[in-house]
Amino acid sequence: MYSEKVMDHFENPRNVGEIPDANAVGQVGNAKCGDIMKMYMKIENDVIVDCKFKTFGCGAAIATSSMATEMVKGKTVEEAKKLTNKAVMEALDGLPPAKVHCSVLAEEAIEAALADYYARRGETYEKKKSCDGCCGSCSGH
Amino acid sequence: MSRNVYLDNSATTPVKPEVFEAMLPFLQEEFGNPSSIYKKANATELAVATAREQVAKALGAKPGEIFFTSGGSEADNWAIKGAALANSPKGKHIISSCIEHHAVLHTLEFLEKQGYSVTYLPVDAEGKVAVQEVKNALREDTVLITIMMANNEIGTVQPIAEIAQLARENKVLFHTDAVQAVGSLEVDVQKLGVDMLSLSAHKFGGPKGVGALYIKSGTKIETLIHGGGQERGRRAGTENVSGIVGLGKAITLATENIAEKAEKIKKLRDKLIKGIASTIPDARLNGHREDRLPGNVNFCFRYIEGEALLLRLDAKGIAASSGSACTSGSLDPSHVLLALGLPHEIAHGSLRLSIGEQNTEEEIDYVLEVLPKIVEILRMMSPLYPGN
Repeated sequence: MYSEKVMDHFENPRNVGEIPDANAVGQVGNAKCGDIMKMYMKIENDVIVDCKFKTFGCGAAIATSSMATEMVKGKTVEEAKKLTNKAVMEALDGLPPAKVHCSVLAEEAIEAALADYYARRGETYEKKKSCDGCCGSCSGH
Repeated sequence: MSRNVYLDNSATTPVKPEVFEAMLPFLQEEFGNPSSIYKKANATELAVATAREQVAKALGAKPGEIFFTSGGSEADNWAIKGAALANSPKGKHIISSCIEHHAVLHTLEFLEKQGYSVTYLPVDAEGKVAVQEVKNALREDTVLITIMMANNEIGTVQPIAEIAQLARENKVLFHTDAVQAVGSLEVDVQKLGVDMLSLSAHKFGGPKGVGALYIKSGTKIETLIHGGGQERGRRAGTENVSGIVGLGKAITLATENIAEKAEKIKKLRDKLIKGIASTIPDARLNGHREDRLPGNVNFCFRYIEGEALLLRLDAKGIAASSGSACTSGSLDPSHVLLALGLPHEIAHGSLRLSIGEQNTEEEIDYVLEVLPKIVEILRMMSPLYPGN
């Protein structure tokens, strides 16, 4: 049911862990629904020099977290802001329909970390509209 | 070495070689329609009759009380809808439990839409229905009680004989979904005193797509599948001859020395339960400690999610299942685990390992070697794990 890429990122997740001196941390999801993603970033001169994650969730939640960290590492904050759940899904060669919400969660986790980065600098982060519930997999959660 | 440890015997079992052998002639050589008049069909008619006797003998029933179906779900649908319809002049109230299989729950929900009312009894923290609760739920218009014999997820065995007696005393029909029990526990319809009982062949070494409903003589029940006059005019459709033959053979084999076989499986189960409980912290055994299916092991591991656990076990060659939402396609974890009073976040981290006749002690040792490491890896990844 999962692509080889998803299984690879699930079995050998990249960037698992915490960054003790992270200057951007974001957490999304809730345990009740069975998914929580926490992203840690070290941002220097507006470049994400390191990104790690911790995830409570299914195989797809772990794989999308892993892929999302890979995709934003080395990017500027502006570039990372443009990361979409679709891009994460494409990079993983797709997800089953019931798991699309995991990629949305990954996008939101990155965004939450970036919002934290802005907040710590006393700046406001313009939240982009990411999920409109179009895939229906979250039943509006 | 690539391993292949199958610990999902509550989901389905492999067809036993003797069952396969018994079925084979009825796919090609003996293909006649049992309803036909010519000689060619005699063998199939006889085979169906023999299988009916085998099922009856295994359950302590009369052959005339056994009706073949397409499986457990059809048997449940027939028992519940058929009894509800036939007895609706007396009343439209049904008593059941909230941990039934969906074949029962969704059938009851359908009946609710047709104007029936259903009382879903709660269970205690170990998944038991209290007989007193059944008694309290009885009403003037109660026509049916349907409570499963053993739960498919947590393995808890219900006090069926006591509930059936209560039903009898109150002139209410009693049905039990014994899909998980037949082949694992001794099931005797006389001793249990049930009016209807559902079973499914593939849970005990038979083929998929065939099951049976026991209907005690004299039970008022409507027909579910209308058509030809098969099954004494009560369940239409040309008989699944090879499947029925397979069911007959499988139930005969499964019920031979059942106590002895159950004891052997129970030993493996208890070793697995003990091993998990002593090596993995924050692991909760779900279901009743004593009154549980001999092969059922069900744990919740805090801070991790069930599907991720299954995938990691699969990578190590272990096939198991989970009541996590992610394996059911819905957001909510298993209704059974929630009914035990477990919070959602813990119910998401469940694992069911169901042991069958073919499993060995060496396989249990292998699981006990692999599982704690996998749980540890997933916990190290989890933002909820306080050890991090």
